Amino acid sequence: MTAMLNVKDLRAYYGQVQALHGLSFALNEGSLTTLLGANGAGKTTTLRAICNMVRSTGAIEFEGKPLAGRSTENVVRLGIAHVPQGRGTFTTMTVEENLQLGAITRGDSKNIVSDIERMYAHFPVLKERHTQQAGTLSGGEQQMLAVARALMLRPRLMLLDEPSFGLAPLIVRDLFKILGKINREDKVTILVVEQNAQLALELADQAYVIETGRIVMSGNAKEIANNEDVRKSYLGY
Amino acid sequence: MELFTNQVLAGIATGAIYACMALAVVMIYQAIDHLNFAQGEMAMFSTFISWQLMQWGLPYWWAFLATLIISFIGGIAIERLLFKPLAKAPILTNVAGFIALFAIVNSLAGLIWDFTIKQYPTPFGSSPFLGSQLISTHQAGMIGVTVLLLVLLFLFFQYTRIGLAMRAAASLPESARLVGINTSWMIALGWGMASAIGAIAGILIAPVVFLEPNMMGGVLIYGFAAAVLGGLSSPLGAVIGGFLVGVFENLAGTYIPGVGNELKLPIALALIITVLVVKPAGLLGRPIVKRV
Amino acid sequence: MSAAEEVVTEAPAIEAVPKRAMTLGLGTSVVVLAALIIAPMFVKNFIIFQMTQILYLGLAVLALNILTGGSGQFSLGQSAFYAVGAYTSAILMEYSGMNYALTLPIAGVICFAFGFVFGQPALRLSGVYLALATFALAVAMPQLLKLGFFEHWTGGVQGLVVTKPDAPFGLKMSQDMWLYYFTLAITIGIYIASLNLLKSRSGRAFMAIRDNEIAASAMGINVALYKTLAFGVSAGITGVAGGLGAIAVQFVAPDSFTVNLAIQLFLGMVVGGVGWLPGSTVGAAFIIFVPNIAEGVSKGLSGAVFGVLLFLVIFLVPHGARQVAMMAQHLLGKLMKKN
Repeated sequence: MTAMLNVKDLRAYYGQVQALHGLSFALNEGSLTTLLGANGAGKTTTLRAICNMVRSTGAIEFEGKPLAGRSTENVVRLGIAHVPQGRGTFTTMTVEENLQLGAITRGDSKNIVSDIERMYAHFPVLKERHTQQAGTLSGGEQQMLAVARALMLRPRLMLLDEPSFGLAPLIVRDLFKILGKINREDKVTILVVEQNAQLALELADQAYVIETGRIVMSGNAKEIANNEDVRKSYLGY
Repeated sequence: MELFTNQVLAGIATGAIYACMALAVVMIYQAIDHLNFAQGEMAMFSTFISWQLMQWGLPYWWAFLATLIISFIGGIAIERLLFKPLAKAPILTNVAGFIALFAIVNSLAGLIWDFTIKQYPTPFGSSPFLGSQLISTHQAGMIGVTVLLLVLLFLFFQYTRIGLAMRAAASLPESARLVGINTSWMIALGWGMASAIGAIAGILIAPVVFLEPNMMGGVLIYGFAAAVLGGLSSPLGAVIGGFLVGVFENLAGTYIPGVGNELKLPIALALIITVLVVKPAGLLGRPIVKRV
Repeated sequence: MSAAEEVVTEAPAIEAVPKRAMTLGLGTSVVVLAALIIAPMFVKNFIIFQMTQILYLGLAVLALNILTGGSGQFSLGQSAFYAVGAYTSAILMEYSGMNYALTLPIAGVICFAFGFVFGQPALRLSGVYLALATFALAVAMPQLLKLGFFEHWTGGVQGLVVTKPDAPFGLKMSQDMWLYYFTLAITIGIYIASLNLLKSRSGRAFMAIRDNEIAASAMGINVALYKTLAFGVSAGITGVAGGLGAIAVQFVAPDSFTVNLAIQLFLGMVVGGVGWLPGSTVGAAFIIFVPNIAEGVSKGLSGAVFGVLLFLVIFLVPHGARQVAMMAQHLLGKLMKKN
């Protein structure tokens, strides 16, 4: 089975500082993978590099197509949705406008309308607030909105950067349940970056652990979760 | 009291000029977060183009339409050729670019059409409006067109996909790219639209101030001031700001002793700045919360 | 979270000049100084006059560099301070017969006060808004100078004639040459003082305010004091430059100090490299010579040629002369390594 996303020898730079030192990994179609690691390890940088938001070298291929040299928006148009750190919600626009923006590159307006209804089904609270300004929503609600917006693209790959950040545990549980559902039912491959390792490992099939810009551990999520040494050395619990 | 009302009305009439210019200013500001100092000159150049087309025999409204299209394309071309390369340069370097563009456009206009004053026709006639001595039909027409423009812009931004995309690109460029919007082209589009709106402003203003290469100097400053007063993020604010600036200018000229034509400008600006000191985001602007 | 607010994480609008690049190296400085001292002996008086122009306009650009590049405040109004300095010198020299050298510190102090006072209402404005406010000041100044109320001192529209001083102590040099060395000495003095200011605690306060005003105030920096101080210092230096200009040109008139001058000084700052003090003279040279070159190329299109040349400069070196200097330094470094 060829991988949907193939990353080879990825090195990323912020100015003169090198943040990733030759990352290589692959995501299989339909998988739910989590990327774990401490603050500053390079998790966010990895996601940004996939979308060409940072200067990087190395080969990244999505469904056989190389991503090098494409602008961020062109990477997105290939079917990769990225929910950034901090959610990137358009705070001055309404909830519904945010969802419409998620689908702005699509041409099939009838399906867009029905997709919006599907998002409201996944996330009822968004329907309640659909004419409200997105900036007035709570943190958890904005996170749901960010995920819904990403789904409006009908992506084949979804990248999420610390979706649990700043959210209460119960809300995170709900969110992760929905992510699992999306992965299974809508067949969206997911790569989720997390600091909350425990929850992420419960959700994912595969896991990678990053430390200072290098992958130090990879494998089945359950095995890593059950491996006490790994948990203690790398994941802090 | 009657003098006051008269001056206020007259101010609203002249303010229509500034309101129209201010709309173009806000349009650009929304796209690029800067004021383009060359915008007045671009508007002047567009107006000259329309004049030239009419000299060559084109009827008014055809010349108007053709000029709009030419200005739209011209605005995009200028952005792609001159300012896209400066996208990564510091802001102040971009400002120097605007100044350079100003010099080039002004000089070109002077060479092609020379500096003699020319008459410019108005489609609205210049008889008193509804019998009033203060507002002519042309000025009423200006107000009408400005309001119409405002409504069209509102509809464009609120109800079209491109309008939504442009708002997103202006609001959060990175997030906009993450939904697949080509933010670079949104900027070009913003320039095109601002250029077209500027052309409309110039075409409306020329009958009043007469067509010559330096006609937009003062108007642009007032246009900036009006846009700033209204809150740079609000087209409605820009229009209201324009009318207010017209009124300020007139009242200052009437009531403050010793204020001749030359001092009207700084005094109007001073008044506006006073408003800003009290309400930094402008009258209708969104309060900007700065995070460290 | 209240509705309709835009939350902005401020990136500094004005980039910092890296610390080690803030001045010319010692070697380069000595070479430049030597050239500045020797050059006048080999050229005609008119060229010496132009060199003097570059020096005092360079001072005005330096003042703007301290204000904008240092404390991050925009100003399109420097021409107003320049005018006040020029007129102060002219009036003192012509009406009270004061020695030209003495008029300069007085011009400086008066302009410092003027700038400091202007800095107060400017505190609440920044960016575009401050640019507009300073622009208003620049527009107002020529009109104020023409006002009948002041005509007795200012000479109204016609302005005042200023007497050019002779070289002192009977030195055998032309007026132009003496004025050049006089200006050079003052320029060097102010340049060194400015460098020290920027390296001092006040300078660091300026730069902290430029980079992130909110953080600076959270750190306990008296933002109001330092911002107005920056305005005052900048205005004061510009005033001295104006005084020197008045003496060199032998004439002051309201229409010499229009918004055009303010815009030229701004362009001088950008071309020289924002915040890079040594670039100030390069910027001044640009605004003195390039318009003349443009007119030489085409009288009718001089503005367009100027604009094109300006575009060329900012396309090639968006960071101004500082970028050129760094490229030269880089090249030199590579050459040295090869040997």
